[in-house]
Amino acid sequence: MVQQTLAGTRIRERRVMAGLRQAELAKQVGISGSYLNLIEHNRRRIGGKLLNDIAQALKVEPSLLSEGAEAALLSALRVAAAETETVAPELERGDEFAGRFPGWAALIAEQHRRLRSLEHTAATLTDRLTHDPHLATSVHEMLTMVTAIRSTAGILADTKEIEPEWRNRFHRNLNEDSLRLAEGAEQLVAYLDDAGDASAGLTLPLEEVEAMLGAHKFRFDSLANATQDKLSTFVGNQVQLTSDAARDMAMTVVRQLRADARLLSLDMLQRQLEDGVVDPARIASDIGVPLSTVLRRLAAVSDDMLPMPLGLVMCDASGTLMLRKPVEGFAIPRFSGACAKWPLFQALSRPMQALRQTVTMTGRDARRFDCYAVSEPIGTIQLNVAPLYHSYMLIVPLEGSGETEAAVGSTCRVCPLEKCEGRREPSLLADVG
Amino acid sequence: MGKNVLVIEDEPNIIEAISFILSRDGWSVATHSNGHDAVGVVQDAMPDLVILDVMLPGKNGFDILRELRGSDETQGLPVLMLTAKGQVKDREMAARAGASRFMTKPFSNAEVLDAVRELVAG
Repeated sequence: MVQQTLAGTRIRERRVMAGLRQAELAKQVGISGSYLNLIEHNRRRIGGKLLNDIAQALKVEPSLLSEGAEAALLSALRVAAAETETVAPELERGDEFAGRFPGWAALIAEQHRRLRSLEHTAATLTDRLTHDPHLATSVHEMLTMVTAIRSTAGILADTKEIEPEWRNRFHRNLNEDSLRLAEGAEQLVAYLDDAGDASAGLTLPLEEVEAMLGAHKFRFDSLANATQDKLSTFVGNQVQLTSDAARDMAMTVVRQLRADARLLSLDMLQRQLEDGVVDPARIASDIGVPLSTVLRRLAAVSDDMLPMPLGLVMCDASGTLMLRKPVEGFAIPRFSGACAKWPLFQALSRPMQALRQTVTMTGRDARRFDCYAVSEPIGTIQLNVAPLYHSYMLIVPLEGSGETEAAVGSTCRVCPLEKCEGRREPSLLADVG
Repeated sequence: MGKNVLVIEDEPNIIEAISFILSRDGWSVATHSNGHDAVGVVQDAMPDLVILDVMLPGKNGFDILRELRGSDETQGLPVLMLTAKGQVKDREMAARAGASRFMTKPFSNAEVLDAVRELVAG
């Protein structure tokens, strides 16, 4: 069986594996050696920013330290099992398998991750070939040049008697068209070369925006008073954004987060969070700002100002997820539809009403979360025109685990809940219970 | 022969080549290179056949053809459509819009000549 260990022990193991002395690691993350010693002997709890910093210094995922390799591995195996349609793995014996054959289990998880990555690359390339306007225009221009060259060459080859003036003109046309064809071919090859670099251009715009937001931890306080030009320059310089579509989307989000930073400064938030209680409704009421601003702002500052990072998810009126700040234990699907029971979606049917619900994420860990959600109208108000809404949900991890009134999943396919009215498709985990 | 052909195409060297081979075959050739006023040009010229490119500035060939088919004067006018897109959906779109024939680039001079002769004789 899988041996459960503690976070401090895992940190110590990983530090030793990395060849780091305790004092070196402590210095890197800005704490004393004696404090790190207490953590490593499981005499001090660890979470939030410090855990992330240590994970970064040790070059491992934070979940590897907080949950251990076993939990991450089991989670990866469960997802791989859920997505197979041709074989029926013994799901109830997954932990036994991972415990007895960790190397083989890691291989399956790695192969699955690689398969997902390749599927994504293939889907993106197919989409690009089918819908890419630049590619379509380039191919059209090249075919036009080829047609002109073929027709002109045919005239010169097949016309026995041709006036010198016409011959000269067709020779000139051939020269011009062949030059244009060569130039077009070079540009097309360069474009396809760029497209072939999976790490450079094959992510979706939304993924690029999320990578950029993650790199800045959703914090743009330094831009609170920036001019529009400075904001455009800032977005234009972000290396994660490789397309105009991604830059446009990023600009919209950054403007929103900047506006939030203006409405709700760090000082205001610090005063509100002095007692350590996360109460978005109270903050919105005390300061007089929209609840959605508080939800976004709390998620943005939580990595640095709270003991535990908070998650955030946002959708439009169609339920499409448009913004995701993941939080450990609350899986937010990337490509498939999310669980219909999330308060995020309930808020869409009750616009402007603040919702709070404690939920349990289905699965072995049964992690609990406080979810705060609200949907607010977007755009300008117009007479006799129904407004559109964006819905936001702040995800606050709670201590411990256990049943709550509301059990929610990530997405149907990997949710084991058997009797659920919101189910869209069968789960391959359903028989595990 | 001496019949009139109107070539509506925006690539000047293709216009020149098609004009040359049709003229040598005895056709009287007029040309036009943009889409937005093409319908009016056809109605003024009333040629015996129109060679119509799909990708034109101002208005695409499918829309031009639909307008021609919607007018009593040009409803039955033979139209040979040219395009760089040879996909099934483009052929279907050309057929639905009322093209007399559909030819994909790159084509040979002989193919154009044969098509023009058949459509006018037809």
